Amino acid sequence: MQRNNQYQTTRYLAQGFNPGAKDLIETIMKPTYQQPTERGYYGQFGGAFIPEMLYPNVEELRQQYLSIMAEPEFQQEYQQLLRDYVGRPTPLFEAKRLSAKYNTRIYLKREDLCHTGAHKVNNTVGQILLAKRLGKTRIIAETGAGQHGVATATVCALMGMECIVYMGEIDMERQKPNVYRMRLLGAEVRAAMSGSRTLKDATNEAIRDWISNPVDTHYIIGSVVGPHPYPDLVARLQAVISEEMRKQLLEKTGSELPNYVVACVGGGSNAAGAFYHFLEEPSVQLVAVEAAGHGVHSGHSAATSVLGTPGVIHGSRTLLMQDEDGQITEPYSISAGLDYPGIGPLHAFLADSKRARFISIEDEQALKAVAECSRLEGIIPALETAHALAALDQLGAGPDDVVVINLSGRGDKDLETYIKYADAIM
Amino acid sequence: MNNRIKDAFAKKQKNLLNIYFTAGYPRLHDTVPLIKALSEAGADLIEIGMPFSDPLADGPVIQASSTVALANGMNLRVLFEQLQGIRESVPETPILLMGYLNPVMQFGVDNFCREAAAAGADGIILPDLPLDDYVAEYQDIFRRHNLRPVFLITPQTAPERIRRIDELTDSFLYLVSGPGTTGGANTQAEGVQEAYFQRIEAMNLRNPRLIGFGIGDKASFQNACQYAEGAIIGSALIRALDGVDDAPAAAKRFVSSVLA
Repeated sequence: MQRNNQYQTTRYLAQGFNPGAKDLIETIMKPTYQQPTERGYYGQFGGAFIPEMLYPNVEELRQQYLSIMAEPEFQQEYQQLLRDYVGRPTPLFEAKRLSAKYNTRIYLKREDLCHTGAHKVNNTVGQILLAKRLGKTRIIAETGAGQHGVATATVCALMGMECIVYMGEIDMERQKPNVYRMRLLGAEVRAAMSGSRTLKDATNEAIRDWISNPVDTHYIIGSVVGPHPYPDLVARLQAVISEEMRKQLLEKTGSELPNYVVACVGGGSNAAGAFYHFLEEPSVQLVAVEAAGHGVHSGHSAATSVLGTPGVIHGSRTLLMQDEDGQITEPYSISAGLDYPGIGPLHAFLADSKRARFISIEDEQALKAVAECSRLEGIIPALETAHALAALDQLGAGPDDVVVINLSGRGDKDLETYIKYADAIM
Repeated sequence: MNNRIKDAFAKKQKNLLNIYFTAGYPRLHDTVPLIKALSEAGADLIEIGMPFSDPLADGPVIQASSTVALANGMNLRVLFEQLQGIRESVPETPILLMGYLNPVMQFGVDNFCREAAAAGADGIILPDLPLDDYVAEYQDIFRRHNLRPVFLITPQTAPERIRRIDELTDSFLYLVSGPGTTGGANTQAEGVQEAYFQRIEAMNLRNPRLIGFGIGDKASFQNACQYAEGAIIGSALIRALDGVDDAPAAAKRFVSSVLA
């Protein structure tokens, strides 16, 4: 709680807002979704289940991340890069034609306009600054759709750091343009050949790399998954999304609080960022949209909140798709960024506590949403994002309700898939 | 309380050989014949890998063997069934179960420990079980079933943490030889590994030490034995079992080559 205090204070001061002592104490004492416990638990989910080989690295990060992030120099450099390099704040766009169609007030948070084309770079900019301050010279990352890999390769180029990205062999095939982008940026892309050869296995390989290179390497995890402090670290770095939303909503609607915030969830980083500053606002309905693949119960799905049970994956206790023997099962989604067999522990807690509503969307629904958003708003969304858009007709939002959809990424990387499924889309 | 691991170290203070193999590999029913063969060939301890879909601390060899074993139908229920009666044929050699936390959690820690003890196991190695969680939730259950935990120590483990691990241990300490997963080569600069082993030796810990990761033949085994009570071999044996018709015979040949 002490560190939360420090962080909150710094943040408020950075915003030119100095809360009174009473307000501050209330902020600290209030039970919160934003702040995991000392050992990284959100309810029963979280923790750090890691082999001894990773303990010193993860412990170093745990002890230092909050104090480093609270340093004025860190904040200054981070904010400056977000503004001048990433292009923040990203617009909050009123989607009038979508609004007319669904008879509600829809706003799109344009994370697709971030440099590199998705929200992922918010996190990598922050983590590379952290890695520098920890004295690390080599960066590793896992990637599913390739967006996190590109965002990591980008900041490594910017900072002149060595970059190795692990990517499932199948994903390398599905997201070829991103593989070439990473290579162009100077990163080495290593194929994960084990298991389902997708995001889960890329994460395994990245963790093994970290075990083999414990001294000079920082692992930039791309989502709110992994051992504590990663889920909290990544959520804090993505929280800029909802911080901006509040200001923009106030300007555009007269209230900081919308009725709904909708985001897709694979591991859950864009959702964590979009939800973060609304977590303690019970009037705001948080809607997390998972990938149902061919159908939630088809055996080809990634709808973890429905199909998952508590278990340990990648160092975190969370909801996890597994068989009765505790073997992790292979998820499926047409979207390479959503086919992860777990969800971040924060999201597991949001599902378990019913603070967020979870909806699952099938491949075909997502593809239709791609076409709809493209034609009604002139914005081609990423396949991941399309899952969030496809949930619009299930929200039950009224004509006066304000719905914010986190438009987490743009669709360029998915063009090959869109061409392949042109019939289903059109 | 008596425990076969303690007895093994009491009986033999040097050059103990701990052999790892994956249960259900290369074939589902090789588990028990392999235990017998390894014991007969002179292995002082036997570590049975409980296959897991995502073995983070393991390299490609053990991971591949785990994938085969799972495809063969291995799981904890099958393993415990196979081990029934093992103590009639292999009465003394300590057996340790090595695996990852998730399958154990799903089986239920209490059930797992009861079944493991009934099957004749003496120790448990779960690399992703945090020390604090062990103390808070597992220690009493382990003790009730006379199962000894074995924890890993790496070149990066801080001295005070090593002391704590030593305090929590009443079997042996698993010294990971260097950075990396199982089955990797030693890529450290000359002298670095020796300095690490000597640093640990000089701490005068209460438990004996076995060195593992990257030990795979007679030379590396003998070298490790200079710095500890013995060593652990896993991936090299798995490699020796790849594609053979008679896994127990191949295992015997392998152990003989290490001890020759």
